Amino acid sequence: MSRLAVELPGLSLKNPVMPASGCFGFGREYAKLYDLSQLGAIMIKATTREPRFGNPTPRVAETPSGMLNAIGLQNPGLEKVIEEELSWLAQYDVPIIANIAGSTMEDYVEVAKRISQAPNVHALELNISCPNVKKGGIAFGTVPEVAAELTRLVKQVSAVPVYVKLSPNVTNIVEMAKAIEAAGADGLTMINTLLGMRIDIKTAEPILANRTGGLSGPAIKPIAIRMIYEVSQAVSIPIIGMGGIATAEDALEFFYAGASAVAIGTANFVDPFVCPTIVAELPVLLDELGFDHISQCIGRSWNKGGPTVYCGT
Amino acid sequence: MKVEKMTIVYHEPIARNIYQLILGGTLVQEMNEAGQFVHVKVGERTDPLLRRPLSLCDINKEASECTIIYRKEGAGTALLSEKKKGEVIDVLGPLGNGFPLEAVQAGQRALLVGGGIGVPPLYELAKQLVKKGVTVTSILGFQTQDVIFYEREFASLGEIYIATADGSYGTKGFVTDVIGGRGLSFDVLYACGPKPMLKALEQKFPDKEVYLSLEERMGCGIGACFACVCRVPNNETAYKKVCSDGPVFKVGEVVL
Ligand SMILES: Cc1cc2nc3c(=O)[nH]c(=O)nc-3n(C[C@H](O)[C@H](O)[C@H](O)COP(=O)(O)OP(=O)(O)OC[C@H]3O[C@@H](n4cnc5c(N)ncnc54)[C@H](O)[C@@H]3O)c2cc1C
Ligand SMILES: Cc1cc2nc3c(=O)[nH]c(=O)nc-3n(C[C@H](O)[C@H](O)[C@H](O)COP(=O)(O)O)c2cc1C
Ligand code: FES
Repeated sequence: MSRLAVELPGLSLKNPVMPASGCFGFGREYAKLYDLSQLGAIMIKATTREPRFGNPTPRVAETPSGMLNAIGLQNPGLEKVIEEELSWLAQYDVPIIANIAGSTMEDYVEVAKRISQAPNVHALELNISCPNVKKGGIAFGTVPEVAAELTRLVKQVSAVPVYVKLSPNVTNIVEMAKAIEAAGADGLTMINTLLGMRIDIKTAEPILANRTGGLSGPAIKPIAIRMIYEVSQAVSIPIIGMGGIATAEDALEFFYAGASAVAIGTANFVDPFVCPTIVAELPVLLDELGFDHISQCIGRSWNKGGPTVYCGT
Repeated sequence: MKVEKMTIVYHEPIARNIYQLILGGTLVQEMNEAGQFVHVKVGERTDPLLRRPLSLCDINKEASECTIIYRKEGAGTALLSEKKKGEVIDVLGPLGNGFPLEAVQAGQRALLVGGGIGVPPLYELAKQLVKKGVTVTSILGFQTQDVIFYEREFASLGEIYIATADGSYGTKGFVTDVIGGRGLSFDVLYACGPKPMLKALEQKFPDKEVYLSLEERMGCGIGACFACVCRVPNNETAYKKVCSDGPVFKVGEVVL
């Protein structure tokens, strides 16, 4: 078995590196640069029941070592995603994690039911943490009871394991994670973006047309690591970690914190080859540090005795 | 589309806060269309984080060199302006769809309208049109005299008119004032510049063959992040991405 292979619910990953939702579209653009089969998995852009246009532009603003985005869940809608995008992605030997979103619980349930039937969708990622939509999105991610209820409903209809994507915009992330675990989630993904704002000094207006946006990139890395460190010790379901990863060293920090796999978002914009590069560099890093297998790194920051969290080897 | 570390062959200011940057590398062999752009990494570290979109101004395949002209605006372009000859720059490109040459035939007239930092891509366009046998007239608008660049270069390819907002050089006013005042006729109009200028052209020539190059803040630059979308007329959910469907659009194709 490859030293990077990881088994997670629904996901036999040849390596634990995947692009994060919304930062890779449906893979078509990056497929022009490299073979997508090199990736451990792909988290596709959030899919909603109906097509969505999203927010007005400007939708992005730069911040120190980060960026704000307020895309607003633009996507072509469930039907087109299944017919055009997922069927196109089927040519690659890579499991798809379908990120799903909605304004009501019924929306989520409907999308989950349909999209989980697609042959290459191996897991769902419930986006209950998008800060950029007026209705739904973040509300589902900030009240534990609501998040748990949504998780239960989606679990009932999904044909594949369900991961829930946590919002960092909460006071107590552990409480949230526990509520979602108790509701039957198969895994967690974290973190989504942090709510932020920038103001143009010439006009005194917010730069983003949506005014606020989600902060991502290296700036949020320590927050993600702290949250994964806390949550991984409190739950027994696996975590796919993300937030500011740009190098193999960054990824390793996430494994040490307690993640069983990692996702890379914003860094794809800076270096379109970042995912395959990290896949190539991780074994070198394991050699340097004297590990045989990536699973030996999972949770190492709080568990020196070896992995007790889910790593499935 | 590729990523390449290109070498700085030349890098000097050519007007106030305007820099000419010539890059050498094999990536130039992939560059074909005027109006295409490159996404340039300006720093080595994580701040500034994002790449900067900059248009191709001149493609010289024989020398394997391309020219970019940019204005020092904020932190990213300020950092770029400090790079020296011989250093390398990480370039992603060529990106987007440029100005369609097929829209005009040999012997016909093309009007090229540029505003400020929208002028650079029109230079490569003018070169390609002249080569095709098209008569080119350029109308370039600037804020003031000391930010004018490439007047001689455009003049060598056809008739040229310059407008300055403050009247310090050429016609006082906007490019649209020049077109109106001179009664210039044309078969096709190509433009790149600030949105108000593009909107004015759209209104002035509703029945003409007009192509506009748009600017929008970008994330990925390649079509993956949905940062740079614009609306399509009379449709609630349809969209075009400036980076990968544009940046050049036929007038009316997208809502300005
Ligand atoms: C397709 C395209 C082609 C362009 N070609 C040229 C060119 O040939 N020459 C030139 O001088 N400029 C060009 N621009 C504009 C240029 O990209 C911006 O001036 C530049 O990104 C500003 O960066 P900064 O760090 O100096 O400013 P900052 O204000 O510090 O930039 C902050 C962020 O906003 C973005 N941004 C700021 N202004 C613009 C803008 N006008 N358009 C898009 N993003 C912006 C930056 O990319 C960055 O992400 C082009 C823009 C686009 C979209
Ligand atoms: C432009 C952009 C779009 C995003 N879209 C989504 C989305 O559709 N669904 C989602 O769950 N997360 C979305 N995210 C959040 C990322 O998946 C990721 O959780 C976050 O950006 C942190 O990782 P990073 O710092 O590596 O980007 C988006 C992020 C960015 C920057
Ligand atoms: S900049 Fe990412 S889609 Fe255009």
